[in-house]
Amino acid sequence: MVSIKILGAGCKKCKTLEAKVRELATTNNIDAVVEKVTDLQEIVGYGIMMTPGLVINEQVKSYGIIPKDEQIINWLKEK
Amino acid sequence: MEKERSKLIIRKIFNRNFIKALPFGKGWDGLLFAVLLFPVWLLLYLNLERITDLLIFSLIDLTPKTHLTDAVWFFVFEVPKVLLLLTLIVFIVGIIRSYFSPERTRKMLGGKKLFAGNVSASLLGIVTPFCSCSAIPLFLGFVESGVPLGVTFSFLIAAPMINEVALVLLFGLFGWKTALLYMSTGLLIAMFSGFIIGRLKLERFVEPWVYQVKAGHLEMEEERIPFSQRITAGYDAVKEIVSKVWIYIVIGIAVGAGIHGYVPENFMAGLMGKSAWWSVPAAVLLGVPMYSNAAGIIPIVQALLEKGASLGTVLAFMMSVIGLSLPETIILKKVLKLQLIFIFVGIVAVGIIIVGYLFNLIY
Repeated sequence: MVSIKILGAGCKKCKTLEAKVRELATTNNIDAVVEKVTDLQEIVGYGIMMTPGLVINEQVKSYGIIPKDEQIINWLKEK
Repeated sequence: MEKERSKLIIRKIFNRNFIKALPFGKGWDGLLFAVLLFPVWLLLYLNLERITDLLIFSLIDLTPKTHLTDAVWFFVFEVPKVLLLLTLIVFIVGIIRSYFSPERTRKMLGGKKLFAGNVSASLLGIVTPFCSCSAIPLFLGFVESGVPLGVTFSFLIAAPMINEVALVLLFGLFGWKTALLYMSTGLLIAMFSGFIIGRLKLERFVEPWVYQVKAGHLEMEEERIPFSQRITAGYDAVKEIVSKVWIYIVIGIAVGAGIHGYVPENFMAGLMGKSAWWSVPAAVLLGVPMYSNAAGIIPIVQALLEKGASLGTVLAFMMSVIGLSLPETIILKKVLKLQLIFIFVGIVAVGIIIVGYLFNLIY
């Protein structure tokens, strides 16, 4: 199972990314738990300074951008 | 000929990376596309006046020198002009920004003392990617890693105030002198406001939890980004920004066109002219709570300037609308106590007022 966290205190991009990740996980049959992190201290705890942050299995994959679909799928599938 | 020249310019700017790029392959089509598109862009841009004349007087056959014709001409000419400029500049800025990240900026600002730090923070504020929704994580990240409070503020003032959209609109509608004036005075305000905030030692007005935050260490390998990816970043920036602001530009220019065609000359002179001493502070007071993006406000302000408003007043109004936005200050409430927010807004507002008077005096 993949643990996914979306870091963001509620910007527009954060919502877009969350929806996108959820959709990609479902369409690719990836067993994933998606969690939205809005707590500022926790967000900063991951060391990012731009939201949204994408954390997969506790590893920061991207921040400040909405990555391309194929990129996200690759991250979700890698182990 | 045109193509060769633009190629040469791009080669000059991106010298080192360009050489590696020469075997055009996957990902490089982007650059090739941009290089091929540039002559078309240039041709359109340089002939816009002629095209507009052709459209208005030959095709729709409007009578010259009527209010309606003036307004329509203004709209048909300015909208494509600004959008063309915006596309080009956002593309270039998108590529430049890919070289700067908040991490890198933070590292550069880390050991800096006051003033030198304020100067570099203001300059970096222009080129570092910034969105007001990220203001808090950025603030925390800066302060936590030891960037002085005043230096952080210089960054937070410059970043939203001096942005590419505002500069493009100023350049397109007012000319390069005003754009440059706006940029340099904006920089000065960011530097000095941050410097003063630093000197006042206001750390006690920062929420105490801020200094207890333990920022994580980002374990992302700073991989070398290939240049083709930076080109893609340029396209992404165009897609994102132009799709977001074009509607405001169209509406703003439409209102501006209306003012341009129908409002009598010197209408604004009494209200926003030089003789009205109170106009500068009034413009700032009006501008601070107003939250409009630069795209909507600048075309309207340009039309007002034409009707007798003075440059200093107009500049002050624009700066307070763009640089001091209510939503951003509300966001900052999470990390700053009210006193500091008031001091911050106050100092910047005073800076803007000084700039306004200065320009009314000079021009």
